[in-house]
Amino acid sequence: MGLNLVVLVKQVPDTANITGDAMKEDGTVNRAALPAIFNPEDLHALEAALTVKDQYPDTKVNVLTMGPPPAIQVLKESLYRGADFVALISDRRFAAADTLATSYALKCAIEKIGNVDMVFCGRQAIDGDTAQVGPQTAEKLGINQITCVSEINSIDTSAKKVDATRSIEGGFEEVRSGFPVLLTFTDEGYIPRPPSAIKMLAYKNASTDVSSEAFDESYLDGESGVNTNLALWDIEAINADVESCGLSGSPTKVKKIQSVVLTAGDIKMVDNTQGAIAEMVHDLIADHTIG
Amino acid sequence: MSNKNTVMVFIQQDDGIAADVSLELVCKARELADRLGVKVSAILAGDKLEAEAKKVITYGVDEVFLVEDKRLAHYTPMPYTKVVSQIIEKEKPQICLYGATTTGRDLGPRIASQLKVGLTADCTDLQIGDHKIRDKEFTNILYQIRPAFGGNIIATIVSPEKIPQMATVREGVMKLTEPDANYKGKITPVSIKIDDADCMTEIIKRVREEKSVNLKGAQIIVSGGIGVETKENFQLIEELAHVLGGEVGASRAAVDAGLVSKEHQVGQTGTTVRPRLYIACGISGSIQHRAGMADSAKIIAINTDPDAPIFGIAHYGIVGDLNDVIPQFIKAYKAKA
Repeated sequence: MGLNLVVLVKQVPDTANITGDAMKEDGTVNRAALPAIFNPEDLHALEAALTVKDQYPDTKVNVLTMGPPPAIQVLKESLYRGADFVALISDRRFAAADTLATSYALKCAIEKIGNVDMVFCGRQAIDGDTAQVGPQTAEKLGINQITCVSEINSIDTSAKKVDATRSIEGGFEEVRSGFPVLLTFTDEGYIPRPPSAIKMLAYKNASTDVSSEAFDESYLDGESGVNTNLALWDIEAINADVESCGLSGSPTKVKKIQSVVLTAGDIKMVDNTQGAIAEMVHDLIADHTIG
Repeated sequence: MSNKNTVMVFIQQDDGIAADVSLELVCKARELADRLGVKVSAILAGDKLEAEAKKVITYGVDEVFLVEDKRLAHYTPMPYTKVVSQIIEKEKPQICLYGATTTGRDLGPRIASQLKVGLTADCTDLQIGDHKIRDKEFTNILYQIRPAFGGNIIATIVSPEKIPQMATVREGVMKLTEPDANYKGKITPVSIKIDDADCMTEIIKRVREEKSVNLKGAQIIVSGGIGVETKENFQLIEELAHVLGGEVGASRAAVDAGLVSKEHQVGQTGTTVRPRLYIACGISGSIQHRAGMADSAKIIAINTDPDAPIFGIAHYGIVGDLNDVIPQFIKAYKAKA
């Protein structure tokens, strides 16, 4: 028996590879200078869903992302790896959403898909590292959650239960939950498969450039029909309450952003010579730092 | 604003013992509450915890809300969300703090979503201050301060329009102060019915091992970063740590590169440390790393790049290849000691 799965993914700036252009002179972040990538842990969540589909071929893997039009890139990458349906949740009224407003929009989109057995997502995104959107989405859906999953141990499709291993401090837990349930994945398991060249060709019509402000929807129902696997949803499409989205739905506000400025400390530079290092060691022994 | 509502801490317990991070947060809550002129409250849930509740009070809690039920012995999200959100809704604390552990990061977001309030993850500092939104003034609100965007910025987040203002804080970030056995606080038992429908997670097996690496307790830490380059070179880090009687630490980059295992990681996503001496070898000093070690009493930075940010917080700086510097360090120490 196949399952109905939703995978939540995010396009993020590659914060691990920050270049000199990443910060503007006024101390704000220059997003344009950062390469946009598929959030690493979300790729593991997608791989987990595709592994379930390998086991139960009737499984449908739906992938959702919320973001500006260029975020469609992560959806295309999901299709190339084997997702069945992808949707971009995009609307200017989602702008400046914090984790609460984001999880509300995702909840509305998941309800639009309907009859979902399990929702998968990465534990956290590398641009914020909050790990909040998963549990908040689960709460909004009124369903259980298993966070920090490294491995799904078994799925019982008739009893509608899943057994998973989750990482905790200094160890692990094996837990069981009925459906529907949301799982957040770490990068410990499910090494992502590469995109399939055959699928990339099949979906080539989906690679219309959508980076322009005017979103060209014509490709969504392309000639071959395969592109009906890709949808664009705005606030109305997911029946979301406008007030609960974007800035107005976000209780947290950014008061101040400081770019990191190092305060020059009282540093003593030591030459890279045996004599100078010996003198430093002597000082450290004298003040009982080492000894 | 004459808000007399409390500063509340969710006390995480593992096998009936309050987590270190929760006690650290109680100490911070005490400081914030004194500044605000209000009381500190705490939520403790589990099975047979009265003695532990008394212990929690000695760190400066005025009232512990104690919920005892066999089904709360081990944390699972649904019943804990029910218990904590019900107590918050009744007591209306102005601030509520959680440890940024797997438990706190599992529970906090659910509570925030249910109560439709803000939550800031992994704060490295909490302060009290004022804020203005359009023409509305908010006084004595919580500044939730955290690094963001790969550590290139430090953001101050506020959420004054919704109560409670909530934040998670990592273990080791806030200072644990000495308990006072005579501190007068009260235990208020709270009865909340937990039924089958709440218990959606069944724990089949739970394995926790004693940490083989004790970074938190170490007085001397020698840490390696990506500048160490190879596992072979990392043995030098281990050797220096061994000679000095210290523990081996690492930056996230070194852990990600597979030079050393994750339990050695120091920093915002690893362990926060405050040793007597911290030696950073081949570590550039990202803010996440510095957030986890900047309070060390003495810091020695060894790096080939004279512009590495780590020099900005170091007491001693050596510009050079760690493969040269460390053997000289070891030689000098063996000669003196």
